[in-house]
Amino acid sequence: MARGVIELKNPPRIIASAAVGGKKEGEGPCGEQFDMLDPTGLFGKETWEQAEAEMQGRALSLAMHKAKKRQEDLDLLIAGDLMNQCTSSSFGALSFGVPYLGIYGACSTSAEGLLLGSLLYDAGRASLLGVVVSSHFCSAERQFRYPLDYGGQRPPTAQWTVTGAGAFLLGHEGSGPSITAVLPGRIVDGGITDANNMGAAMAPAAYDTLKRYFDGSGSAPQDYDRIVTGDLGAEGYAILKDLFAHDGVTLGESYTDCGILIYDAARQDVHAGGSGCGCSATVLSAVLLPRRYKRMLYVATGALMSPMSVKQGMSIPGIAHLVCIESEG
Amino acid sequence: MDLSKYLLAFLVGGMLCVIAQIFIDRTSVTPARILVTYVTSGVFLTGLGLYEPLKELAGAGATVPLTGFGYSLAKGVEKAVDERGVIGAFTGGLTATAGGIAAALCFGFLAALLFRSRQKP
Amino acid sequence: MKQETYPQYAARKAKRSPLGKDCLLAFLVGGTICTLGQGLFDLYGLAGMSEENVSTLVPMTLVFLAALTTGLGWFGQLAKHAGAGTLVPITGFANAVVAPAIDNKAEGLVLGLGAQAFVIAGPVILYGTLASVIYGLVYYCLRWL
Repeated sequence: MARGVIELKNPPRIIASAAVGGKKEGEGPCGEQFDMLDPTGLFGKETWEQAEAEMQGRALSLAMHKAKKRQEDLDLLIAGDLMNQCTSSSFGALSFGVPYLGIYGACSTSAEGLLLGSLLYDAGRASLLGVVVSSHFCSAERQFRYPLDYGGQRPPTAQWTVTGAGAFLLGHEGSGPSITAVLPGRIVDGGITDANNMGAAMAPAAYDTLKRYFDGSGSAPQDYDRIVTGDLGAEGYAILKDLFAHDGVTLGESYTDCGILIYDAARQDVHAGGSGCGCSATVLSAVLLPRRYKRMLYVATGALMSPMSVKQGMSIPGIAHLVCIESEG
Repeated sequence: MDLSKYLLAFLVGGMLCVIAQIFIDRTSVTPARILVTYVTSGVFLTGLGLYEPLKELAGAGATVPLTGFGYSLAKGVEKAVDERGVIGAFTGGLTATAGGIAAALCFGFLAALLFRSRQKP
Repeated sequence: MKQETYPQYAARKAKRSPLGKDCLLAFLVGGTICTLGQGLFDLYGLAGMSEENVSTLVPMTLVFLAALTTGLGWFGQLAKHAGAGTLVPITGFANAVVAPAIDNKAEGLVLGLGAQAFVIAGPVILYGTLASVIYGLVYYCLRWL
């Protein structure tokens, strides 16, 4: 049981959600479905890091406004981002005065947060929780890659960090989609050392989690209307299909990836697609949840490297957390 | 005006860039490593007497790329050792390249005061 | 799929950079920057400056242009296409100083701007100086032969 699929006896509903994004996200194919966009990417702040924290606050406020909830109603806030020491989450949550848990799962943080929140709800330890995650292209470039004005070339396998924040409220009211089962991922190291090919680094983790889920739940890909990975991008998307094909399993038409959905690769110069905590979170909120798929597997993927581990030549371990989201009618 | 001088500068400078581009595209070498390699190679190629003919041939085509920065370091060291002996081995390189380094630092500082970082379009 | 063969499989599958196009652009842009340097060289010479001064002033001018275009955000746009064509000329060195200086201003003038200006240029200066000192010592010794 401990290593297997956790079916929730008392599944929480996603009673409201919100997605906030920047310029490139607004210009992408999902742009109109975002709740708020700031083309400057600064959200009225002085620095990119402060802007990212502000995005988290705005996303959470928007979701709470939609659900007509106030700060006092929230039992717990779970938040995460890509910055050192989760600063965007801490500063974003600062003004809310809600009990707060900061988490890090790289780009898998949205699913990690939904998973933890669901378990706490299921156990009766919280009746209304917020989950909010973010990433910002500019703060992530600064921390993980090069200064913004540095003249470098991105290889075709590189992905573009999404400027965006997604917030979700878990509770019991309304008729929103429910989180019915979860599966925490294992850390899987495929031996990839190229920090410009994170799709390849994360795909084995997505494969591991999905395979364990299908085996553990006795289901198959065709039992789901949607199977969506977080940010494998074009590279990882093709590899994951390959890995399943190797087992004789076809992922089929229902399989897609948030990193591919969020941008128009032909038009937007994003190479292999989007990445970052904000990628899967904003696509889930803006695109996937409104479609009310009957049964959807949401598998957010993360590359667990740091600038230090990359410089030391260590390989990039991946992780993928799964939540099963079901909607009625 | 001697146009062949410009053509040679273009061809030699361009080729030095192409060599680096092949490393960027086909290996995992970072840009910073390429800069370091070019400067140190420039020093040693000059020491071996191989860079001087290239500079005579291509002018700015050989001095503007970072191998030319290495050439200046090496030439400065030769001059300083001739004038001051062993101390010149330590003073010559940076003396000869001081203009470029100081310009990069000063203009960098001014640019940082005048401009702010911007998101890529 | 076997764990040992996965990195090779992923590398094979990875979309590769368009080498021909990249090299052509690097050649054209890099060649143009060097030709501009040659033009400046002749221009300063015509203005009656000594060759030694011209040799210092040409890189300084190119560094200035790189700093300005970096600040305006044009350098990165050109470098995205030109690759090594902007990296290898002294403009790449200048950009490596200016870009982190601008980017880290928010962390203060000393430990932000001041320290980070050397994040990429520092190694270039370190290893360039090291190589020149080694060469200088060898050159000094060879003179006695």
